[in-house]
Amino acid sequence: MNSSFALSATTFLYGLAMVCYIGSFAFKMKNLAKAGFFVLSAGFVLNTAGLGLRWVESYQLGYGRAPLSNMYESLVFFSWTMALLYIFVELKYRERGIGVFVSPLIFLAIAYASFDPSISAKINPLIPALKSNWLIAHVVTCFLGYAGFAVAFGLSLIYFVKPRQPGKDSVFARLPAWEVIDELTYQMVMFGFLFLTIGIITGAVWANSAWGKYWSWDPKETWSLITWFVYAIFMHLRLMRGWHGRNLALVSIIGFMSVLFTYFGVNFLLSGLHSYG
Amino acid sequence: MFFCSVRLTIYILVLLAATSIIGTVVPQAGPPQQYVNLYGQGVYNLIQVLGIDDMYHAWWFLLLLLLLCINITVCSVERLSLVWRTIFPKEIHFNVDRFLKSKNKQTVISEFRPDHVADTCEAWLSKQAGPVIRQKRQDTVLLYAEKGRWTRLGVFVVHASVLLLLAGALIGSVFGFKASVRIDEGNQTGRVFESKTRVPIDLDFIIRCNEFEVKFYDTGAPEEFRSSLTIIENGQESFTTDIRVNHPLRYKGINIFQSSYGTATPNAAVMAIVDNLTGEETIQTVRIGETVVLPDDQGSFLLQGFLPHFEFRGQNLGETFFGQVNLAGEDGFQIGLPVKFPTFDKMRKGRFSFVVKEFERRYYTGLQVTKDPGVWYVYAGFTLMILGCWVTFFMAHHSFLLTVSPRDDGSSQVLFSGKTSRGGVNLKLARMTAHLETHLKKG
Ligand code: HEM
Repeated sequence: MNSSFALSATTFLYGLAMVCYIGSFAFKMKNLAKAGFFVLSAGFVLNTAGLGLRWVESYQLGYGRAPLSNMYESLVFFSWTMALLYIFVELKYRERGIGVFVSPLIFLAIAYASFDPSISAKINPLIPALKSNWLIAHVVTCFLGYAGFAVAFGLSLIYFVKPRQPGKDSVFARLPAWEVIDELTYQMVMFGFLFLTIGIITGAVWANSAWGKYWSWDPKETWSLITWFVYAIFMHLRLMRGWHGRNLALVSIIGFMSVLFTYFGVNFLLSGLHSYG
Repeated sequence: MFFCSVRLTIYILVLLAATSIIGTVVPQAGPPQQYVNLYGQGVYNLIQVLGIDDMYHAWWFLLLLLLLCINITVCSVERLSLVWRTIFPKEIHFNVDRFLKSKNKQTVISEFRPDHVADTCEAWLSKQAGPVIRQKRQDTVLLYAEKGRWTRLGVFVVHASVLLLLAGALIGSVFGFKASVRIDEGNQTGRVFESKTRVPIDLDFIIRCNEFEVKFYDTGAPEEFRSSLTIIENGQESFTTDIRVNHPLRYKGINIFQSSYGTATPNAAVMAIVDNLTGEETIQTVRIGETVVLPDDQGSFLLQGFLPHFEFRGQNLGETFFGQVNLAGEDGFQIGLPVKFPTFDKMRKGRFSFVVKEFERRYYTGLQVTKDPGVWYVYAGFTLMILGCWVTFFMAHHSFLLTVSPRDDGSSQVLFSGKTSRGGVNLKLARMTAHLETHLKKG
């Protein structure tokens, strides 16, 4: 088995998991969601193997570097962090309905990596600036943060799909209650905020060790700070009366849009130091 | 109070987030012409007034940051004075009724006698949470314990870290500098140039570049840039070290980074001088700045200098030497000798043509030299921010109350209730109750 096979299989399994979750929701088939969880976990194992193999392969090519250094690898890793966090959330809170909204994100990231022809899966050597242990710390923490925000985004969407008091036979009855979504969104935002904070900080420390400046208002840096502000706003709004439910969920959605812009938009529309998200 | 409201915080954060976008769209620190071309003169005037060409240092952006700092300070001081007694109480009080009324409680029945059960519970609770306060109310025993009171400080640490970070940034921008310098291999300097203003700054020591080396991968992409530097102080060599990208030299508060490189002016070139009349070719080494006499005493040639890139009719001809030809009885003229195109000078169709046969290539290393005495405050702010967030998000002040009361048949009823400072349901309570239950069964 090589990494490219493992990651193709991962893409397939994540897609299948998504179909299971959505099918279970649409047709009110409980067992299908269980199957979804199983398939997703299998995909996660392969995803892990794929990343590991890619690491090994980079050594065989003589470059020896972590598989976190271009757009392709970052997308594959983004899927991995989202799957990891989602599996944890499902095991801990036993709310399968969330999978309907999160599994598509997990699938989309890796599918985009595989199917967009402009994203190369080639293992390239690292340019000197990227050769640093901070690269791993920076990328891992940023993407854990993004994963927290992605799950929070999936949860926030439920507010706009599910009525507050759905009928007993409604397809929405099985989605988590508003109070649960509120609490879980908050948990995920806290998780994301902590890791985004660490991600920005490790990036700053790295920049200081590579260029002698911990902050240079590069567009990507600035956008990650904007994202950070949005989630700080989220947490402070939560302290005010009247900011629960849909209003707050909207802020979480805006926050995730900002994550996506930081990740993709900056690369396509603006210029700067970062070679990818 | 105006400055102590979370509403103001939200307005400030929204403004910071929204205005920060501008600087990612409008180019920063560009030449004026660029803005005029992009947006027209009218908009450029506005850009200048608002400092949008350097917006993260514009007065209004700094004012927003200042407002944020005042907001944090006033708010933290006011709130801390309110909760100080809660965080550091002289004596711990607890409100029994608040616990008993709470929805967050569990009941356990034990067959053993109440005083025995109370002892077991006390031992258990002190293991779970720390020192237990035991009181008696009629025939009910109250056991109270708590942990993590200090975690209420976490949020203050987060806010203080923002202040520390900004203070560090301020110190850095007032007392530090960011400069750069180019040193040819074999040369030395103690003077660097501020990156934006190009104002010279003298260092306390001298940097010599012994050697620069660049390595490439098979793909042609650069693998490593390395400069060997020697630091000279008071006329004596202090030490020699290599720097690479990501591996700077830090010495006496000054940081020296590898940032660029290029071809330096070589010392000399091996040149062929062809007399097109006779076809005769003389080969000799000419130093830069040296004048050589042309064959037959026809005049002289001065090798003036070198450019790593030479634009000729819109084409980059690469490394090029320059010289001045003075023929007897004519005005002198300048010629360019691109190394890659040996026949270039021949096309001039003069009496003599000149070719650079070879030369010893020398690099210069481009160094970034910075000083930032504020960086340690910033790093302290980073550390505190991570710790503060961790404590605030994942820890809490937990307090527990156990009541043990006798039942009619001599057995005991235990009520277990808990609170956390983070609100929400205490998910741990059920798990802890199960643990307590098995513990009580053992007697
Ligand atoms: C960039 C600036 C700021 C950051 C990163 C920040 C961060 C945080 C964080 C992480 C929390 C904890 C949220 C939670 O527990 O859910 C928090 C809570 C809070 N913040 Fe801020 N904050 C900032 C500015 C401010 C300012 C200027 C004020 C002034 C009014 C403020 C007032 C509060 C208050 C009152 C709380 C609630 C504390 C509590 O729950 O006991 N924050 N902030």
